[in-house]
Amino acid sequence: MDATVGQIKTMTTDTPRSRPFDPLTRPIRIEARDVTVHYGAKQALFGISIDIPDRAVTSFIGPSGCGKSTFLRCINRMNDTIEGARVGGKITLDKEDINNPALDVVELRARIGMVFQKPNPFPKSIYENVAYGPKIHGLARSKSDMDEIVISSLRRAGLFEEVKDRLNEPGTGLSGGQQQRLCIARAIAVGPEVILMDEPCSALDPIATAVIEELIDELRENYTIVIVTHSMQQAARVSQKTAFFHLGKLIEEGVTEAIFTNPAHKQTQDYIMGRIG
Amino acid sequence: MATETLPVAGLAGRDRTRMVRATLRRRHLNEAIFRGLGMAAIVVALGFVALLFVDVVRKGAPAFVQSNLHLAVTFDPAVIDVGPAPARAAFGSDAEFGAANVKWQRDVALLNWNRLVEAALRKAAPEVADIPARELLTIPETDARHRIREMFVADPSLLGQTVEVDVLASANADNWIKGNIDRSLGDRQQQLSPAARGLIDRFVQNGTISSGFAWTLFTEVDSRSAPASAGLLGAFVGSLYMMMIVIALAVPIGVAAAIYLEEFAPKSRLTDLIEVNINNLAAVPSIVFGLLGAAAFINYMHLPISAPLVGGLVLTLMTLPTIIIATRGALLGVSPALRQAALGMGASKTQMVFHHVLPVTFPSILTATILGVAHALGETAPLLLIGMKAFVAQVPATPLDQATALPVQIYLWQGNENRNFFEPRTAAAIIVLLGMMIVLNGIAVFLRTRLERRA
Repeated sequence: MDATVGQIKTMTTDTPRSRPFDPLTRPIRIEARDVTVHYGAKQALFGISIDIPDRAVTSFIGPSGCGKSTFLRCINRMNDTIEGARVGGKITLDKEDINNPALDVVELRARIGMVFQKPNPFPKSIYENVAYGPKIHGLARSKSDMDEIVISSLRRAGLFEEVKDRLNEPGTGLSGGQQQRLCIARAIAVGPEVILMDEPCSALDPIATAVIEELIDELRENYTIVIVTHSMQQAARVSQKTAFFHLGKLIEEGVTEAIFTNPAHKQTQDYIMGRIG
Repeated sequence: MATETLPVAGLAGRDRTRMVRATLRRRHLNEAIFRGLGMAAIVVALGFVALLFVDVVRKGAPAFVQSNLHLAVTFDPAVIDVGPAPARAAFGSDAEFGAANVKWQRDVALLNWNRLVEAALRKAAPEVADIPARELLTIPETDARHRIREMFVADPSLLGQTVEVDVLASANADNWIKGNIDRSLGDRQQQLSPAARGLIDRFVQNGTISSGFAWTLFTEVDSRSAPASAGLLGAFVGSLYMMMIVIALAVPIGVAAAIYLEEFAPKSRLTDLIEVNINNLAAVPSIVFGLLGAAAFINYMHLPISAPLVGGLVLTLMTLPTIIIATRGALLGVSPALRQAALGMGASKTQMVFHHVLPVTFPSILTATILGVAHALGETAPLLLIGMKAFVAQVPATPLDQATALPVQIYLWQGNENRNFFEPRTAAAIIVLLGMMIVLNGIAVFLRTRLERRA
């Protein structure tokens, strides 16, 4: 499947935007230091430290169960919702500790949006799906404000043209790829600074995947994006920085190109060559 | 077959096929046996349901038809010798008029109205002269004289006139007409005298007695002195009050408790204990709830005995575990993806529950609630213990008045001495109760499909 994705990707965006980019020169948006996670007695993450650069795509790769999704969920404190999960270490967003008790998790999640593995639109209309975030966070002062937010979010998610005539139809009636773009539009509508994506394409067909990848590439102009992916090709295509996780540890991180062409660790190399995972 | 292309080491293709076929036969046989057993189970279950319905309908249907007597009643001035009703103008004060009015009404009540009934009956069959009045009066229901009296009190100008009046035939007459009692039995085993029986047959022939739909079953309250007029209205209203109390109390309390336990309560020993107890509570025999109700609501809180309020409270207690368990089940069934979506958007837990989880589970909560209420509606045992088995011959005006309930009414009629008459009537009451259940369940199904389609 991944091979097909690669081909289609080459077909659709044959001219990748060649922005001169070195993630190491970008300002750091999120700083994680020595992050650990326990689920009950089981330790899932061991001392993860990583910097996430501003307005770039950082990808987490690694075999199943390596802790990449767990770490992603630490960034917007979604692990709080899991019974028996304990998070240690420190994560800062713009130098501000996200685990600071004074910081409301609701506010944090308004700043750090999330897109999940399986498209999960609310069983409501397309309009309501996008309007929900701005509504609960009180971001729209009037109906026309709201219309504007909804339309611009859908537009930025590349979905508006496809759904403009059926904004009142249920979001669950869209195709898988459209649903995922609706979820991205929903996340964008709150005006987050960071968007976390947990394997956003794993439930999608190759064509829909290509569309989402293109969208991610566009979004990074304005958003800091962290994406967890199973597909190394995807990481290579969309991200500028890559981190390789294995058995709950961060093995290696760096500029995507360097990780894929010249990994420093044998485990990374094995994974990239398809020997583990 | 695809199996032939599978590489199985050491077996030629044909051998393999034969082995697979051998197991296939056994598998098909097993499947056929299981299907057969399943179908047999369904046939047995449906058979019992059909037996119940056929039996109840067969027994109850005759009770929906009732024998009526069409009499031409003459308001004979010789019998009604009370003088004209007092007119206000003839008296100086309200008090004097009131006193005269009370006296007139008492005089009217003391008249022997049965003489009018008797005269009307004799007129309907002038050729039968030798029947004594006592036997004659066993043919109409005993409340016939009240009907006629009330007509006169309402309209004193009827004096001297002859008016067509429909009265109910007595329960015994109804039995005789419908053949509920064996006609070949000897006189000593019959409830009616030979003369009365003969006259009834004559009345049926000449059209004085005819059958009609038994509206009184729905418009009258229970009655012992006039069993033919015994109806379900009082019990129906009692059940209705209780149902409203159960809906008003059990639904909000049950749903709120379920939401708290499922969504907000920390998982601890205490919540585990509460959960186990709620589950156990659902299995407590209903009569125990009746005892609790008698002890707590009547003895301790001094709420009135036999009142729908107490019945409703007891049934609420009984329904709560059902609603809590069903609601928790529904909440548990909501996909984690939806919760994550809401939380990921920065919704608070309360917003997640009320904006997303509850709307999705609403149809199942509603269904569970309606089924729980329907179950409570049919519950009898706890009501017996809080005094709702009393004979109540009135429609309760408020939930604090004495009342009975439909299932209890069935229980009471089932025990009535006039078996021939009350057996069909009991079955008819069962039909009414089952009808209400079916309507409630129908509403549940209707609302569920409707709401689910919208979601």
